[in-house]
Amino acid sequence: MNLFKTTVIAAAILGFSSLSYAEDKPLKVGLMLPATGTFAALGTAIENGFKLYTKEQGDKLGGRAIEFVKVDDESDPAKATDNVNKLIKGENVDILVGTVHSGVAMAMAKAAKESGTILIVPNAGAQAVTGPMCSPNIFRSSFSNWQPGYAMGEVVAQKGHKKVVTITWKYAAGDESVQGFKDGFSKSGGEVIKELNLPFPNVEFQALLTEIASLKPDAVYTFFAGGGAVKFVKDYKAAGLKDSIPLYGAGFLTDGTLEAQGGDGEGLLTTLHYADQLDNAKDKAFRTAYNEAYKLPPDVYAVQGYDAAQILKVGLDAVQGDVSKKAEFAAAVEAAKFDSPRGEFTLSKAHNPVQDIYLREAKGKENPVISVATKALADPAKGCAAN
Amino acid sequence: MDLSIFLIQCLNALQYGLLLFLVAMGLTLIFGIMGVINLAHGSFYMIGAYMAYALSPIVAHAFGGGFFSVLVIGLILAVILGYFLEWAFFSFLYDRDHLQQVLMTYGLILVFEELRSLLVGDDVHGVAAPEFLAGTIPLGDIMTYPVYRLFISAVCLLLALGMYYVFTRTRLGMMIRAGSTNREMVQSLGIDIKLLYRIVFAAGVALAAFAGMISAPVSTVYPGMGSQVLIICFVVVVIGGIGSIRGAFLAALLIGFVDTFGKVLLPEAAGVLVYVLMALILLWKPDGLFKTS
Repeated sequence: MNLFKTTVIAAAILGFSSLSYAEDKPLKVGLMLPATGTFAALGTAIENGFKLYTKEQGDKLGGRAIEFVKVDDESDPAKATDNVNKLIKGENVDILVGTVHSGVAMAMAKAAKESGTILIVPNAGAQAVTGPMCSPNIFRSSFSNWQPGYAMGEVVAQKGHKKVVTITWKYAAGDESVQGFKDGFSKSGGEVIKELNLPFPNVEFQALLTEIASLKPDAVYTFFAGGGAVKFVKDYKAAGLKDSIPLYGAGFLTDGTLEAQGGDGEGLLTTLHYADQLDNAKDKAFRTAYNEAYKLPPDVYAVQGYDAAQILKVGLDAVQGDVSKKAEFAAAVEAAKFDSPRGEFTLSKAHNPVQDIYLREAKGKENPVISVATKALADPAKGCAAN
Repeated sequence: MDLSIFLIQCLNALQYGLLLFLVAMGLTLIFGIMGVINLAHGSFYMIGAYMAYALSPIVAHAFGGGFFSVLVIGLILAVILGYFLEWAFFSFLYDRDHLQQVLMTYGLILVFEELRSLLVGDDVHGVAAPEFLAGTIPLGDIMTYPVYRLFISAVCLLLALGMYYVFTRTRLGMMIRAGSTNREMVQSLGIDIKLLYRIVFAAGVALAAFAGMISAPVSTVYPGMGSQVLIICFVVVVIGGIGSIRGAFLAALLIGFVDTFGKVLLPEAAGVLVYVLMALILLWKPDGLFKTS
């Protein structure tokens, strides 16, 4: 009896071990996203989107099963280097995905550049990630802050506005978005007469709204997101400016904020690389699948997460799951055309999406597309050697 | 800057200053008068704002709605919360040193943030101002001013006067002030200092939550909103002089003016001007503008 037992156990152990050798080692994907704090909802959407795609691929990319390791980055740049090292050195992840906050993403890009780990950034729009920090192993599935701003600059000029005031938080994302706007607007003959700023994340706008009223520009361009976007739109309306001085913004002004703005955002025109009611089959399929899986409608962040996984698949397929072949991985991704819910896009040499930027108009709780503001817009990628 | 714009900016400054005082009032009570360092003040403010958001559909369902019924119910809940917190946590802290108060109230911040995330989620929400206050009045040729902001200013002035009266002119205020100087002495005079402090603390929490509720329509409701007001509240109390209601009031107005005109005239330095002001005032008067005792 005893002997029998031992034999059974031995057989079982052998059986299991032979099984695990038959399968390849799973691919370790480190998800470094915010699970708490201001951006928690965005982190969840990105993770949902990413997992929706891997599920569609039968939980395998490039022939390898996926194992997720998660770290909550808390959107805290001060902890970013420690957090990313937990994944790179502690967990030895093959792939790094993250994050929302630009400051944290910069720390991740720095660590990825040093260690050579493949990094896919699913949101943070900081110019530098695909600018001075650009690297063969760093990719972005979202946008650069410059892109929606530039497209809006062209739109506002086409509307015949000549003198514009910009208003944003004094931080990298705001500065870069306004720079994009100025590039697009001045190229078409417009002039930014004043750039108004307030320290991030201050939301006491009243003094600057009065300043806008005294300057009487033809239009205002703004970059705000989250709670600041809600408050700015409400205050702008309450100050009586909405009807006299048209307000234009980067898409985050009205993305996920319309309900909280309680109707004050109605009719606002914004530019972004995604919109509601896009007329493409991929988007329809994506929205249905996402709705079924998570019981809530997807947003731009979910799309970016989904496309991060698409980028990963293209690269992994080209190297049959062998992440050490970085040059082949990058070459395959650079050559690929991605069929995204936002429409088709490619990646530039600096690895930022070359994509259509949509002009959208806020209606109810949605931002339906009006037209393509700028076709196949590429970030200038200043400071990137590969460019 | 022409005259009419200048006057509008003065109104902005005054209004912002009053809003600041409203938000800092609870801290004046708990930190200024009771002497407990309360980092969770911002959380109480946030709880108030989220109550304004979450209670209105419930109240609308039960009582047919109304901004003021939400305020009253929110206030009652806040008093209960404050009373409980004092009994469970703060009552053990009066004799401990400040570091322990800092640690515990910091812990409360984390607990409340996480509870908020679990109960209400991480989305941004808006709260509508009551209908009869939702209008605007015209100012200058293209600007208008929301009536609700003026309403907040009026409420703040009333509260400030009320609080000043209670603390300087009534027996209750005298007992509280005496208690902050010497607990044992007050107790030996036959006053139940424990109960008294529990009530004062509950009032402090209620004031913070009230500020959150009443400013929710203009400030919107979002994760992390508490930590944003916390620092500026401490600046108000410290500049004003610990324990002085009059000082806090003047400090709030001063900050309102410095911040508003700083944003317009010195936009590059707008982020630090308030703190420069604090540093200068503390150099000149190390105990703040109006140190009592």
